[in-house]
Amino acid sequence: MSRTDAESVRGVEPVEPLGGLGVAMAATLKRDLTLAARRRSDIMNPLAFFALVITLFPLGISPQPALLATIAPGLLWVAALLATLLSLEALFRADYEDGSLEQLLLAPQPLPALVLGKVCVHWLMTGLPLALMAPLLGLLLALPAESYLVLSLSLALGSISLSLIGAIGAALTVGLSRGGVLLSLLVLPLNIPVLIFGTGAVQAAIIGDPVGPHLAILGALCCAALMMAPFAIAASLRISING
Amino acid sequence: MWAFIHKFGSPKWFYGISARLLPWCWSLAVMLILVGSVWGLAFAPADYQQGDSFRIIYVHVPAAFLAQSIFVSMAVAALVFMVWKIKVADMAAAVMAPLGATMTFVALFTGSVWGMPTWGTWWIWDARLTSMLILLFLYVGVIALRGAFTSRDSGARAASVLSMVGVINIPVIKYSVDWWYTLHQPASFSITSRPSMPVEMWWPLLLMVLGFYAFFIAITLMRTRNEILRREAGKHWVRELAAGGA
Amino acid sequence: MTARLQARNLSCERDGRMLFRDLDLAIGPGELVRIEGPNGSGKTTLLKILSGQLGDYEGDLYWGDAPLSRVREAFLSNLVYLGHATGIKTALTALENLAWYQALAGETGSEAARLAALREVGLAGFEDLPVAQLSAGQQRRVALARLELTPRPLWVLDEPFTAIDKAGVMALEQRLHDHVARGGSVLLTTHHDLSAQGTLRCIRLGGGGEYVPH
Repeated sequence: MSRTDAESVRGVEPVEPLGGLGVAMAATLKRDLTLAARRRSDIMNPLAFFALVITLFPLGISPQPALLATIAPGLLWVAALLATLLSLEALFRADYEDGSLEQLLLAPQPLPALVLGKVCVHWLMTGLPLALMAPLLGLLLALPAESYLVLSLSLALGSISLSLIGAIGAALTVGLSRGGVLLSLLVLPLNIPVLIFGTGAVQAAIIGDPVGPHLAILGALCCAALMMAPFAIAASLRISING
Repeated sequence: MWAFIHKFGSPKWFYGISARLLPWCWSLAVMLILVGSVWGLAFAPADYQQGDSFRIIYVHVPAAFLAQSIFVSMAVAALVFMVWKIKVADMAAAVMAPLGATMTFVALFTGSVWGMPTWGTWWIWDARLTSMLILLFLYVGVIALRGAFTSRDSGARAASVLSMVGVINIPVIKYSVDWWYTLHQPASFSITSRPSMPVEMWWPLLLMVLGFYAFFIAITLMRTRNEILRREAGKHWVRELAAGGA
Repeated sequence: MTARLQARNLSCERDGRMLFRDLDLAIGPGELVRIEGPNGSGKTTLLKILSGQLGDYEGDLYWGDAPLSRVREAFLSNLVYLGHATGIKTALTALENLAWYQALAGETGSEAARLAALREVGLAGFEDLPVAQLSAGQQRRVALARLELTPRPLWVLDEPFTAIDKAGVMALEQRLHDHVARGGSVLLTTHHDLSAQGTLRCIRLGGGGEYVPH
């Protein structure tokens, strides 16, 4: 190893923080998206689950279109919620196991911002595809056509909150060997408001009521979750990392 | 102020002061609940609509009050624990959770029993009962999370974060469930939100509510004391105490 | 500001068990400190506290002259921590892994620098393979490449010699001594016997929290 004097000073002198939160967030987004792209089954699984659960309802209840149409908004929303929940367990699991979560916590960047990046990827890989797929399944449940757009919109908007709130539960249970059922227990009660206003929007669209208020409340819930959840996620990760 | 907080945070100090408070809390609780229940069950007039079955509110309403207050106190204790690292606060939060869950269950049970003569069914998706049910799940989550960690300290922190997240969510859940209920039941008849209640019915109810609160404080103090002894079993002052008592 | 990490009266109690008590420790430029102790004596916990990951302690930590909690960002900008787990994503290539670590520090970095760092740890030719295809020792070397890549004065290493072959161990040992010789500081735990080259201090953690400096 031959190093010049300038090089030898570099690396041992204390440095000032570079900042560069944007760089770090962009890199985290890019990394998680690359990882997701290399493991496509992780994206497909929640979608397959969603479709499968929806298939079960006509078999379990009744194939009558009139009956299915009345309960379709609730069924679609509950199934989407459960599909999101299933994918949440993996959100921090791999990072926890390979130690990169530990390194994320040691980055000289605000942790809430970095985890927001990770949650954003989760939404892009789960919430958004579910929202886009929902009208197709709505078709199977004889959901009136005029509510398709609202169904997708409400799911897209609502699943941001679901991802954020769910990430708190995922962060709290990541250090536990069997956290899956516990994760559902923690997260489902907190998701109830999103479910209520999400289905409310679709039902309003079916009966021709204005959907604006419902979507506005979903938006408000989403904003509140965006403001508060990253801090709760960050705090939870700091607890979990020390098991 | 800081000195006070840290003094209050010392388990030994808490153990001493709570010993002096306990008899007062217990006697207050017993007296209020005794007077309230005898008054409410025997002397308050019967309801003109529901007859004697309304008398279950003397348990249902205080239990429902406590169910919510305990969650809030638990979250406050959790905050104190997280911010000032005061372990007594966490011990209090730990013993409050099962008590709160029990109160929630009592409120649900009495609500359901009350529903039978009123609605003719054991369960109805009434806004209050539904919120109560969700609250029960929140309690179960907090208790389960604390128990899931092998490290007690990590479990305590995780449960603290969850109770704080939960307490922020409770108003949102309550509001959305109320909204959902009015949407699906336009002509709502809620038995607990009565326009006017005769004064003779109110007084015993007030006594019962106060009595339940005194009971809650007494039992929390008592169980926190046990928790202190359990967690501090290796400490010098606890050993001395045990030696002195034996 | 000097790159000096100090702990005063550090005590840690986990679940009612005292791991160590009233520990005083300082590590500054040109120092190599090794934490010793039997399994379960709290070595990893101490490293986690000293690297600002664990807030579960009593006592004071200082970075330079300021309390650590107040200059956390500056402290973390000067620290490389390598733990038991490598922190390397096996589905990504070595280059991609390093790029993320550079970005976490806030710099975009250059491909050339990353290639040079991988060459330095003997991974030339493996840059573009998914790390999953590398051996355990090679995966460890990817993590060690971060020492080359992001110049930081303070290295906190938890068992850095795990899974590395003999040649790699010697190279890493040389690397640690070089870093110290140039004025950096290294804090590590290891069961491997370090050659007594340069200054080496040991902190011994034992049962009951007593410690014997020597």
